Amino acid sequence: MLAFVLRRVLQTFAVLGVVALIAFALFNYTGDPIAFMLGQDATLEDRTRLRAELGLDQPFYVQFGHFVGNAVQGDFGVSLRQGRKVSTLLRERLPATLELSLAAALIALVVGIPAGVYTALRRHGAVAHALLAASLVGVSLPTFLIGILLILVFAVQLGWLPSFGRGDTVALGWWTTGFLTTSGLKSLILPSITLALFQTTLIMRLVRAEMLEVLRTDYIRFARARGLTDRAVHFGHALRNTLVPVITITGLQLGSIIAFAIITETVFQWPGMGLLFIQAVTFADIPVMAAYLCFIAAVFVTINLIVDLLYYAVDPRLRVERGTGH
Amino acid sequence: MRHPLVPALVAAAALALAAAPVPAKTLRWASQGDILTFDPMAQNESLNNTFSDYVYEGLVRYNKQFVPEPALATSWTRVDPSTWRFVLRRNVLFHDGAPFTADDVVFSFERIMKPASNMKVYAQGVRSVAKVDDYTVDVVTDGPNPVLLRQFVDAKIMNKAWSVKNNVVNPQNFAAKEENHAARNTNGTGPFMLKSREPDAKTVLVANPRWWDRLEGNVTEIVYLPIKADATRAAALVTGEVDLVLDPPTQDVPRLRQNPQIRIVDGTETRIIFFGFDQWRDETPYANVKGRNPFKDRRVRQALYQAIDADAIRRATMRGLAVPTGSMVAPQVSGWTEDTAKRLPHDPAASRRLLAEAGYPDGFEFTLDCPNNRYINDEEICQAVVAMWAKVGLKVRLNAMPRATYFQRIQKFDTSAYLLGWATATFDALYTLQSLVHSVDPRGGADGNFNLGKYANPKVDELIDKVKIEVDDAKRNAMMREVLRIHAADVGHVPLHQQVIPWAMRANVSAFHRADNRLDIRWVRID
Repeated sequence: MLAFVLRRVLQTFAVLGVVALIAFALFNYTGDPIAFMLGQDATLEDRTRLRAELGLDQPFYVQFGHFVGNAVQGDFGVSLRQGRKVSTLLRERLPATLELSLAAALIALVVGIPAGVYTALRRHGAVAHALLAASLVGVSLPTFLIGILLILVFAVQLGWLPSFGRGDTVALGWWTTGFLTTSGLKSLILPSITLALFQTTLIMRLVRAEMLEVLRTDYIRFARARGLTDRAVHFGHALRNTLVPVITITGLQLGSIIAFAIITETVFQWPGMGLLFIQAVTFADIPVMAAYLCFIAAVFVTINLIVDLLYYAVDPRLRVERGTGH
Repeated sequence: MRHPLVPALVAAAALALAAAPVPAKTLRWASQGDILTFDPMAQNESLNNTFSDYVYEGLVRYNKQFVPEPALATSWTRVDPSTWRFVLRRNVLFHDGAPFTADDVVFSFERIMKPASNMKVYAQGVRSVAKVDDYTVDVVTDGPNPVLLRQFVDAKIMNKAWSVKNNVVNPQNFAAKEENHAARNTNGTGPFMLKSREPDAKTVLVANPRWWDRLEGNVTEIVYLPIKADATRAAALVTGEVDLVLDPPTQDVPRLRQNPQIRIVDGTETRIIFFGFDQWRDETPYANVKGRNPFKDRRVRQALYQAIDADAIRRATMRGLAVPTGSMVAPQVSGWTEDTAKRLPHDPAASRRLLAEAGYPDGFEFTLDCPNNRYINDEEICQAVVAMWAKVGLKVRLNAMPRATYFQRIQKFDTSAYLLGWATATFDALYTLQSLVHSVDPRGGADGNFNLGKYANPKVDELIDKVKIEVDDAKRNAMMREVLRIHAADVGHVPLHQQVIPWAMRANVSAFHRADNRLDIRWVRID
């Protein structure tokens, strides 16, 4: 067990290193930040001086070496565009992104699992068919379009909900939360639904497929034969056994929710890390881009690790030592 | 019988009315990006300068005709050709209550001229700024400087004591990896004070009750809400969540015009969109002509010019949001004249004839470099022009790229043909002529710094150098007109149009459209 965790932690660092390297290689193609920093009127002399000051005149591997060396000490440098510490910028934006992702993940689970169970049990019902058809829409429509449609209906036509922003927030130490104000909660509804829609349909389809699989197995037949109620069979036995793959996928999807919040954040002007990243790309703000990509990689790897550990908790078979020969 | 108390009551009522607090008027406005910093010397960028104007002031400011008028200086005289004496306004307070004096002016100019400052251009040619007494300063320039007042509009004055105390004597210090205190905190003399700031979400400013002047408009609070996504920005205006959008998406403007609750104010920007061509190499790198450079031939440049149907681009590509021009400067700019702004007629037959005369009866091939996210419909304009050039036998490959890569490349002169836009920040033609029309300074100075095809004419250089130091307006304007005339006759560049920038606002809001696209709070009214 300990060896397993250690191995995964080492892999984590390897992945982060590779991500940083690839990211840095890509930055050669994002353009010249100096042009933005100094504007059109700057002289050649100014440009050369600033380039040297920022170390941008150094070869690729030297810049990369500096970045890794500083990053290990938790220093991601200063944003070229805003002149502020990248770590501060990310910390400021983290609450918005995490709250949005958390809300979206909750919606996906709370709606997705029951809908999956329902469509599996009432395979031929009209409602189940309607849900399945609707889920196709959710899978195939791009996020930004869903966001714009929701804005059009609920903000412009009906005027019920705000079309952008995070509303009023309350500061708890360095963490800002929108969960405690009415405007914060109202602002959360449209973006979190937008972000959750794809995951909801995914989880629903997954639960349905797994349920159908499990319902065909022998132990379910025996359970029925023992005269257990439908309720006990469906939820006590069938659903429980479908949960292992669901946990895997949901866990991994949580990473994607955080990463793909970029699009939702842009559509709704949600002041999270994704929006920060998009602005950074437009202006070739290398330190911000590098730190964000490393952060996202770290999130994915960490979630993977947690999911693997959860397997141990959920599935007793995995706790059996290997080599006993099945 | 009149009651003896009536006059007293009337008087009391009148007093009460006069003393009634001004109702709060909040202007919530939006545009695509967020303010980068509140340090008035850290970023020379349109949105940033807009907010610097709210919080800070210069010695002078523009009136509605873009003529400098007194602001922190009440008057100025020229002691000798290169010395200006400014008399400062008395009883002006910074937002923290500190009095404004000559020390602050001297300090601010030193700060503007620091290497890390982004606003050095606004103190260009200034040798020193010296205190004479608490309310008088002398500005010594390298030579006569006719545009000094225009430069000083954007040279903002900060408080010396506050800057020293907060360690922001330097505008930016990337090497120290420290955040600049002035980026998030302000202490100006201007009409508004920064109240709160959440990056990418919301910035709030409140009126400065001790401001020395009065607003012509009636805004008492400004809330700035950046909204990046086009559709969301337009939606927020329609729902009334914002009162004004500075950059409504082009495709939504016609629909917004139909909405009775929305007012669209159109205005032209001083920015001119134009094409430039490599005129310095003996063989241009991105064309199929070997051994010579077709763009060096004036007839070829004229052929390229006359093949373009600027009116079709205005109608189809720009949906009416452009004003075709034959000049490199806009009509709002001092130095512009109508005769130098006439376009050569659109005439494909003439183009073909000119190409044949120049020795290219079958045309030739070249690459046009074009940005795709810098100007309004930049890539679409290039596509349209490429098609027009094809009609006269020129096979043009379009190479469109994002601004970050584009500018990096063309500023190295690594191009044969390119599209560029240029706004005249000082509202004086010299700014444009010096950067675009003067030959390139090999030491990398301001002369020709964006003359990326290296157009050069010694006569033009000589005139521009004279304009730089001529202080007589009539003589200056005559010389600038002559430069524009020669440049047009040479077809040094191929001008296309001025961009029309529509601002969209709720019907109860009115604003004065400034040609530099800054929302000037002095002239915003909410009814």
